[in-house]
Amino acid sequence: MISHLINVSFEDLLRELSPQVLGSVVRRFHDFSAAEDAVQEASLSAALKWPVQGIPENPRAWLTQVAFRRMVDHIRSDSARRRHENKAALETNFSVESTTVESESAADDTLVLLFMCCHEVLTPASAIALTLRAVGGLNTKQIANAFLVPEATMAQRIVRAKQSIRSSGIPFQLPSSDERDQRLRNVLHILYLIFNEGYTSSVGPELQRDDLSREAIRLTRILHKLQPGDPEVAGLLALMLLTDARRGARTNADGELVPLAQQSRELWDQTKIREGIELISTTLPKGSVGPYQLQAAIAAVHDESASSSETDWPQILALYDLLKRMSDNPMVKLNHAIAAAMVHGMATGLALLDELSDDSRLVNHYRLDAVRAHFLERAGNEREAVVYYRLAAGKTASLPERNYLLTQAARLDTNT
Amino acid sequence: MNATKEVFDWYSKWPKEQLQANMSFMRNIAQTLTDEGILIQNAGLAWPQQAVVVRADANGQPITDGVFPESKEFLAGFWIIDVENAEEAYKVAARISLAPAPKGTPGTMPLEVREIMDRAPDELP
Repeated sequence: MISHLINVSFEDLLRELSPQVLGSVVRRFHDFSAAEDAVQEASLSAALKWPVQGIPENPRAWLTQVAFRRMVDHIRSDSARRRHENKAALETNFSVESTTVESESAADDTLVLLFMCCHEVLTPASAIALTLRAVGGLNTKQIANAFLVPEATMAQRIVRAKQSIRSSGIPFQLPSSDERDQRLRNVLHILYLIFNEGYTSSVGPELQRDDLSREAIRLTRILHKLQPGDPEVAGLLALMLLTDARRGARTNADGELVPLAQQSRELWDQTKIREGIELISTTLPKGSVGPYQLQAAIAAVHDESASSSETDWPQILALYDLLKRMSDNPMVKLNHAIAAAMVHGMATGLALLDELSDDSRLVNHYRLDAVRAHFLERAGNEREAVVYYRLAAGKTASLPERNYLLTQAARLDTNT
Repeated sequence: MNATKEVFDWYSKWPKEQLQANMSFMRNIAQTLTDEGILIQNAGLAWPQQAVVVRADANGQPITDGVFPESKEFLAGFWIIDVENAEEAYKVAARISLAPAPKGTPGTMPLEVREIMDRAPDELP
């Protein structure tokens, strides 16, 4: 048990330091792709040596020095082709004094890396993989396992991501102030996708893979520490905490999906709820309200109500009204319809769904049918509800969702 | 596992208890086969209404076709297992085939067993 704890702290330290070390290496050698490989090798070497020899006095300098040596080896082995361009790098004295790396620039480097790995030139899948490796300090095998793909496939995805970064010529520096906002939105989007992948697990029979959610929360915490004044960063962190708090209640012992209204609220993680609510309550009054803050506020209303029947739906509806004005996301419109149905009745909800059926992004989405089934059931029209539950089951690509929807249909179908 | 659209439709109308018994059997057998070191991978597939047949046109571009006769058989899911020989594979298939179904129905679920072509070619003498 104790050795397990020690290993965990080794890994935490390594993963916290690796983006900072990567920043130093990229600054010195101006080759992100090779630098990233070198830092992975340095981390591997640390993972083998530190548990035996103890953590060095200055672990960051230790890692940086090992990574610098790897870079030099890399350049030498590659020298025929690249002798000319890297001559300067080879001649540089690569010993690192502990004082050469200031903590402030190391923190900035982590931020620069996040901006780079979540750049819009990358596809979301590539951005996710690269962020987990270069900023999260996970190795390719761990990332491959999390996404249930072979290691070679994930390695190739990371190579492609690095090539896109190289060919797009994104500089290794913080974005200028006029593009900063958009770049930060990209970072938040990628972190949100990582969280969501862990929470709803788009592949495989398991509904959730909490390692990815945990990692997304860890990275968002780091970002929040680096950008404490940004309300949307705080909003995203609050949203993740308030959503993740319900993890333990989301599935039953058989791995079946339990909808929000039927979850046992004593299984919700009160520590996460408190932290999330504290965060969103101090952030919202600052003004400059954005979509993540609104979603966090909605999650907070759910998390705060003692039972599902006591949910403050009028407040949730008001928040969705605001959110709908900010975003063209069809899922937001669908959730808005749910809130409206809870406040004004199922007839209102069904009428809103009819308007949404023209949205080409929703027409073939199982959730539209699933929500309609739910409304029909609450409106007392069980026969039609059964039809829509089954329609939805035929459209989802999530096995736990399909099982849930089929079970709902079977529950109502009195003819069988 | 193969089935026609009719069978998918029939399955989706099973009574709740039998659906749940079937789902829970599937989860358990997958776990058991994993624990026994037999299962490499298994997956259920999305249902036939999402199935599309793709072929290349003269320029190599995809031509898609999504209309199918009711009688066509669709793959419902697959299991990749690692066993010594065909007889062992049949035994595993039979264990999966025991998945419970409503009473009075045609019986156990059929599974088609095929070998993955990953054998080394025979050495020349």
